[in-house]
Amino acid sequence: MNDELKYLLARTVQGKHSRRAFLGRAGALGVTAAMANTMLATAARAQGPKKGGTIRLAVQGGSTTDSLDPALVTNSVGTQVSRFWGEPLVELAPDGGLEHKLAEEFSASADARVWTFRIRQGVEFSNGQTMTAEDVLKTMERHSGEDTKSGALGIMRGIESMRAEGDKFIVELESPNADLPYLMADYHLLVQPNGGADDPAGAIGTGPYVMKDVDMGVRFVAEKNPNYWGDLGNADTLELLVINDNTARVAALQSGQVDMIDRVPPRTAGLVGRAPGITVHKTSGPGHYVFIMHCNTAPFDNNDVRLALKYAINREEMVEKILFGYGSIGNDTPINASYPMFTEIEQRSYDPDKARFHMQKSGHDGPILLRTSENSFPGAPDASALFQQSCAAAGINLEIKREPNDGYWSEVWNAQPFCTSYWGGRPTQDQMYTTAYLSTADWNDTRFFNEQFDQILIAARAELDAAKRKQMYADMGTILHNEGGLICPMFNDFLDATSDRIAGWQDGQKGFGLMNFYAPMKMWVA
Amino acid sequence: MSPVVKLLAQRIALGLLLLFLVSILIFVGTIILPGDVAQSILGQSATPEALANLRRDLGLNEPAVTRYFAWLFGVLQGDLGTALTSGQDIATQIGARLGNTLFLAFWAAVISVPLAIFLGLLAVRYRDRWPDKLISGVTLASISVPEFVIAYVMIFFVAVKLRWGVSVATINDSMTLGEKLYAIALPVAVLTLVVLAHMMRMTRAAILNVMQSAYIETAELKGLTLFTIIRRHAFPNSIAPIVNVVMLNLAYLVVGVVVIEVVFVYPGMGQYLVDHVSKRDVPVVQACGLIFAAVYIGLNLVADVVAILTNPRLRHPK
Repeated sequence: MNDELKYLLARTVQGKHSRRAFLGRAGALGVTAAMANTMLATAARAQGPKKGGTIRLAVQGGSTTDSLDPALVTNSVGTQVSRFWGEPLVELAPDGGLEHKLAEEFSASADARVWTFRIRQGVEFSNGQTMTAEDVLKTMERHSGEDTKSGALGIMRGIESMRAEGDKFIVELESPNADLPYLMADYHLLVQPNGGADDPAGAIGTGPYVMKDVDMGVRFVAEKNPNYWGDLGNADTLELLVINDNTARVAALQSGQVDMIDRVPPRTAGLVGRAPGITVHKTSGPGHYVFIMHCNTAPFDNNDVRLALKYAINREEMVEKILFGYGSIGNDTPINASYPMFTEIEQRSYDPDKARFHMQKSGHDGPILLRTSENSFPGAPDASALFQQSCAAAGINLEIKREPNDGYWSEVWNAQPFCTSYWGGRPTQDQMYTTAYLSTADWNDTRFFNEQFDQILIAARAELDAAKRKQMYADMGTILHNEGGLICPMFNDFLDATSDRIAGWQDGQKGFGLMNFYAPMKMWVA
Repeated sequence: MSPVVKLLAQRIALGLLLLFLVSILIFVGTIILPGDVAQSILGQSATPEALANLRRDLGLNEPAVTRYFAWLFGVLQGDLGTALTSGQDIATQIGARLGNTLFLAFWAAVISVPLAIFLGLLAVRYRDRWPDKLISGVTLASISVPEFVIAYVMIFFVAVKLRWGVSVATINDSMTLGEKLYAIALPVAVLTLVVLAHMMRMTRAAILNVMQSAYIETAELKGLTLFTIIRRHAFPNSIAPIVNVVMLNLAYLVVGVVVIEVVFVYPGMGQYLVDHVSKRDVPVVQACGLIFAAVYIGLNLVADVVAILTNPRLRHPK
């Protein structure tokens, strides 16, 4: 880089020179616009976070019917907004480990049955009250009581008793669970004064921002919490717009009305990223698109039928045509490299001969009905059509029934024997398996009842030796891979985009998109 | 004036009956839809216990008929109730949303109605010559293209490429009138294009129809200019059909713009209604349905009254 350019760059980053002027001068010096933008972004990051300004983001998935009550959060807008004002005890760190938030430290008894969280002292809620272990206890009780409507109820069920002692919050489990701290990172479990019993949707918490303006399903404005204990939050103000329409969301970023958007449609991501001043960020995560069969319903109660269908799917083609390359192939388990303790199992690939063999062995004859809808995952009907064709090559007659979006999750998913679906993934293997593959799981959407699998899952929770535990998860993965009702052709990447008005994006954050929903707090106005 | 009063009374009574029937229809329709509000709120993450708890709290275990009459009783006392999903007061929420919808509809109407009528008159004045054909061609083309396509094209060129306007029309109370108008410029433009053709064509047809009459010929023979004839003689006699179609389009601007609201992220009634239909939030759907029906009935009533007032034969019946 020549000296003039370096000088200009430094001036621009310091704000003494406008961005546009820099790009113009850089152009005159023979630097392409894309290159100049990258240089600016790098220089801005090297400069370190800057305080102040407003970050505006547009997020998909909000509705006027939402509630601010963290117990009732079901979509990304709710998850993002509650991260503004509230905090859990621990949070998923960028490397997939755990970061301490309101718990300063945690420890387990030798058998991993009793867990003690030491609660951070001197932290204030945004209403001025001091946060105590008692508030933590009340919060957890609200999410686990008999009467709760909380989405976190499923993961709170293994808890036998909870109590607060001084600055400690103590959880006793019915059976050991080495992963309990990960459960506490659930996005519903934000600590509220008195557990939120007085005003569940009051958005009073200990987070880096305080809600100023709330218009459900439309717009949220949050301002920096002056009493925040940590160092999160660079912008003075965050403004979140709910934009559910893909084209409108991308246009809002392109026209400079927002600085950050989530869920860039894979179909157009390449084009969006080519625009000047816009960067598309790819995060591989645990989310996966699936075809699920009920293992207890004919013809899927025959493992050969299940294997035939698993061999009859072309995973590479799906990643290429449905995800447009923004994703990775699956291997008929819900687990991929984004999970801690992941072990690779031999990859199953498209093999029409094996598919034909297993189908003939099963003795099943006749069409197989697959139900799908556009909202089961983006591109599901197209993926079903691809599946139909790859099946046809193996002599399997797959019939597709298109179901309406409306009511899909109540009438088709977890009700019909074969359909398309989506899983967002969980932070740990134990949690993913417990949520959907344990015989007794509420969302056992493949009706998978396997005693051996259940036993290993329970045993793995009590296993504190990491190597042994890893082997156990590998064994479970193999069982599911060979016998499960899950056909998992692909894991989708999260695609977010930011404009160069803001800086500080970090690649490689585990978890979900938008840097696991911390991008608005960790980035800054450049 | 007695026929007008009589008609008003008749129409209002009929309108109330209609609203009552509409409310039953909406209620039954929402019940027939698969799934219920508890399931919709909890979504994919519903556990049986959470579902049961929520159903009990929302009073969904009561029979449907009981719920309907409880709701009807509340409405008759002026209480629209609270939304099942968010627990918010419906009247307050709808108030803000309806205000936004009317704001957008008002500005779209202020621009499109005079423009449509003016273009209609112009088309008559230059009948079958190039201005007439140009006006008809352009407006018919704009009504034939789906509105979201016009919206996307506008966003791409005006907001993204030229940066003359904004693609996100979200307005809020902290904005000044000027900022609000700037924000809604694009949706207003799209809506104008969508409703223009219908009103303009009707104006043209109605006036041309009157132009065939003998008294127009008389006026021509008196030596009046064509514009004066249209303005003084033809237009007043064709107000009734024009008002009719104008009212239809106004009703559309209020109740039919959900697609535009989604594309431009405008917080109006349409998006609000759709969100609640998909969550099976019956009280809100009912309230929105009633308001929409009332708008339709009301505007049609206005059209009929105007038709009578502008027609001396109807105004002074024998």
